[in-house]
Amino acid sequence: MGAETLQACLLAPPADRTDLETETPRHELALLDLEPGETAVIDHLALSPNDQHFLMRLGFFPGAHIHFCRRAPLGDPYVYSVDGTHIALRAETARRIIVQRVPSQEAGDLS
Amino acid sequence: MSSILTGGCCDTPTGVPVAFDEHTPNLNGEIRTVALIGPPNSGKSTLFNRLTRLRQKVGNYPGVTVEQRVGVLADGESEIKIIDLPGVYSLTPYSEDERVAVNVLTGKLNGLPRPDAVLLVLDVTHLSRHLVLAAPVIALGLPTLVLLNMADIFSEGGGSLDVAKLAGELGTPVAMVSATRETGLDVVQRFLHQAPDHTSPALPPVLPVVRDLPQCRKWAGEVGSRVEYHRHLPSAWNRQLDNIFLHKFWGPLIFAIVVGACFQTVFGLGQPMSAAFQDLLARLGQYAAPFIPAGILRSLLLDGLWKGVSAVLVFLPQILLLFLFIGLLEDSGYLARAALIADRTMRGVGLNGKAFIPILSAYACAVPAIMATRTIENKRDRIATILIAPFMTCSARLPIYTLLIAAFIPDRPVVGVFLSSRACVMLSLYILGFLAAITTARLLKSSILKSNAAPFAIELPEYRCPTLHSIGLRLLDRARVFLRQAGTIILVVSLLVWVLTNLPVHNGSAPPLEQSVIAHLGHGIEPLIRPLGFNWKIGVGLLTSVIAREVIVGTLGTIYGTDPTTHALTLQNALHQDLTLAGAIALLVFFAFAMQCTSTLAIVRRETNTWKWPAIQFLYMTAFAYLSSLAAYRIVTVMLR
Repeated sequence: MGAETLQACLLAPPADRTDLETETPRHELALLDLEPGETAVIDHLALSPNDQHFLMRLGFFPGAHIHFCRRAPLGDPYVYSVDGTHIALRAETARRIIVQRVPSQEAGDLS
Repeated sequence: MSSILTGGCCDTPTGVPVAFDEHTPNLNGEIRTVALIGPPNSGKSTLFNRLTRLRQKVGNYPGVTVEQRVGVLADGESEIKIIDLPGVYSLTPYSEDERVAVNVLTGKLNGLPRPDAVLLVLDVTHLSRHLVLAAPVIALGLPTLVLLNMADIFSEGGGSLDVAKLAGELGTPVAMVSATRETGLDVVQRFLHQAPDHTSPALPPVLPVVRDLPQCRKWAGEVGSRVEYHRHLPSAWNRQLDNIFLHKFWGPLIFAIVVGACFQTVFGLGQPMSAAFQDLLARLGQYAAPFIPAGILRSLLLDGLWKGVSAVLVFLPQILLLFLFIGLLEDSGYLARAALIADRTMRGVGLNGKAFIPILSAYACAVPAIMATRTIENKRDRIATILIAPFMTCSARLPIYTLLIAAFIPDRPVVGVFLSSRACVMLSLYILGFLAAITTARLLKSSILKSNAAPFAIELPEYRCPTLHSIGLRLLDRARVFLRQAGTIILVVSLLVWVLTNLPVHNGSAPPLEQSVIAHLGHGIEPLIRPLGFNWKIGVGLLTSVIAREVIVGTLGTIYGTDPTTHALTLQNALHQDLTLAGAIALLVFFAFAMQCTSTLAIVRRETNTWKWPAIQFLYMTAFAYLSSLAAYRIVTVMLR
């Protein structure tokens, strides 16, 4: 395994995630729809590949448990707990993270 | 080695009792360069400062705005270079930072040798998230030492993991350290100086496909459970602090108090400190004067060199105070909360919450403000903030504002005793600057700096008690960066202005100001500034004030002081002979918008690593100032007719 191959590997963008940039259908539950204290598991990210990667680096993966902690004092952004880290996202982003509600608990155990 | 990347299964090394020695690869004592990599907020910068004891060079990677820090390991003997890579969560090629990190680690960056080893810093309190970076870094095949930072907070919060098992999983030595408390760091020197006692490095056993983040995350989770990782629990009070700081009512109130205190510190405390410091420096210059033979040499040393040095040093109190404040806010964890609260308001002008502190501090001085934009991760937002910061009414504008207002605006009450006409004009100038800034921000964000980059996200770290040592190191670092990189440019421009003021030399001494080169230049630009109501004397003032805005007051004093028809008059009265009311207002408007500040240009050059942005900024602001000034002159002239 030479350095060039590795480099090519690292620089090759993933080919399989260009199909999710569509508008969110109304019946789906978004992270934004949660009430403070609720927990949900991420189904998918309805965002561009770049934005998906950005969020995944912060821990917002499909399958990750997200706990909605609170709103900012002025309403937006929203504070979520992922893997025990508190991260604030704007409504425009939380609206595009599609989730399924799960029984409430502080999210983030390693699994 | 293909198994590293395919995620295929191979044997785990057997029986690994010690996390360090068993997995230390054969380095042959040949390490000359080592790369330091870790996610943002992993304590990487603190660690870098500790390891190098600030023996660092700060620059930028060629061609990009990513800052490059190279230091020398402070161990008293070796000359091992440490390259501090930008903070990254992964090695996917989705951001400039990550591309730079990959290029450095693979030796693809011109001028930098491929590192011989890697120090990977992970925050052990967020191991599951940070381990995602471990897979691609270890897969590069360089000898790697994994440093689990924040070990103190982790163990105090009741967290635990099997370090030896983790070393086995990763196939690298692993050590628990605390950069803030400086514990466990000797492991770095042991790693870098390790006498070779193994013939082949242990192969990383199972690593997922490095470019697939979900798979890396899944792997990180599995590794976490295999090494019996139990997350620490932040103390109850820590999370409850957010109930106060992010409370609907108390949150914004505390925010307003903190922001007010910050502004008061930089403006109310920093400004007098700078003034006193400037006084002291001037007096030192006067004391030195008798020891230097009078004439051109004394003038060069005192009026040229020493004034230039003073012009640089005088920024230090404000820079240090602002960074003391920012250091306290950032290290305590409050800065992220402040950005969260400010985000909604800042979004209105197309910027994000993190731009708030820089914009506010620009009211005191744009130089520290621009240095403070470093907390804004989004590059376009950061450049937009840098470009609008000098529109805020900084304290250097006040001398010329007060001079012209006192000379030309009659003092009449406007709103009873509360607001006089003079205060009204001053307030309008503040508002003008603010409006110019938000208009420019909107313009930039809808054109050349349109943000198609990442969504906005702020990580809210746990609250922590800032340590004196780490804030001290940060202040030292900021002061050095400013003095070395902006200081030299300021000094050169000051000397240049001195030369222009003192040429051509007559009989070994400087000519009267009106016969100097700069006066000729003033006459030269007179046709240009005539439409604004300015004559050549104001022109000379404008030229010399490129060093700093307040210099115009001194220059005008010199010009009118030496003019036999006006020297008996005070400067205020003298100005009346050359400026109409319309001209004075045009001059005020010009100073509200013009980029008359070499220090700002120098620091913008330093922070953006290119002359492009300071050039654009200078041309834009000068054009903006000229046209607004022209409009103001015409409007006031018509109104007074």
